[in-house]
Amino acid sequence: MTLASFAFYMFATVTVASALMVISARNPVHSVLFLILTFFNSAGIFLLLGAEFLALLLVIVYVGAVAVLFLFVVMMLDIDFVELNEGFLQYLPVGALVGLVLLTELIMVLGGSAIAPDMIAGGPKATTDDMTNAEALGRVLYTDYVFFFQTAGAILLVAMVGAIVLTLQKRDNPKRQSVAAQNARRRDESVEVVKVKPGQGL
Amino acid sequence: MEFNTAIGLGNYLTLAAILFTIGIFGIFLNRKNIIIILMSIELMLLAVNINLVAFSSFLGDIVGQVFALLVLTVAAGEAAIGLAILVVYFRNRGGIEVEDVSQMKG
Repeated sequence: MTLASFAFYMFATVTVASALMVISARNPVHSVLFLILTFFNSAGIFLLLGAEFLALLLVIVYVGAVAVLFLFVVMMLDIDFVELNEGFLQYLPVGALVGLVLLTELIMVLGGSAIAPDMIAGGPKATTDDMTNAEALGRVLYTDYVFFFQTAGAILLVAMVGAIVLTLQKRDNPKRQSVAAQNARRRDESVEVVKVKPGQGL
Repeated sequence: MEFNTAIGLGNYLTLAAILFTIGIFGIFLNRKNIIIILMSIELMLLAVNINLVAFSSFLGDIVGQVFALLVLTVAAGEAAIGLAILVVYFRNRGGIEVEDVSQMKG
């Protein structure tokens, strides 16, 4: 067993195990932490495939932003998780059935379809030429797929504006700056000079 | 089909299929807890990304990674909007029971 295949099986095992823990952990904080573990190991899988840029992007975007967002919401909302987990096992049979059917279908598709042998023989190819992965990605992303790139930016902008609009709270009497009131203040009505004797307070 | 210790495309596709199934299973298992449902969706999108990157790498075509990047973008936006809706829903009702969401209409 070579080092690469050992690394694959290690990353894959930890990914699947922690994904199982994500959906079965009682405490949602534990779920989020296992989700972070899943993403880290998937980043390892991406590295094995030669997609270094996407691997690091996964760590930065998912672990650094999305998982922390989940953690914030889980900790911010005061939710009674014991009550929420009451009917946990109620949907187990139907869920297991659907999952089993889906997995069987996927395995049948994978087993039934023949993969071109030269594809398997070649192994994962990081990049075609002597370019780095990020450079090769950028060359395609900023030329042929620039429209998709711009659309992704627009989607992120819409998501940001939407999240802010949804969660912005209107308060009844917020404290705002009043420039007129500030300018209308006089020194003699806001400052009082008091004689203080030494050793005594006011 | 002989057992091959070298890691081929099939290994990556199988891993992605297992991850996707776990995501589906998680949605069914945690019908009430919408936070876990959102995390299951993230798992499914991750499985899709593994598929895209595996094909991209084995075919030597970088375009698959471009699409994985776009999926990543949509996943991040979806998580942000979903959690924002969750926070608003919690403020309105004081809980996150998914089954009561239908009462919010109108």
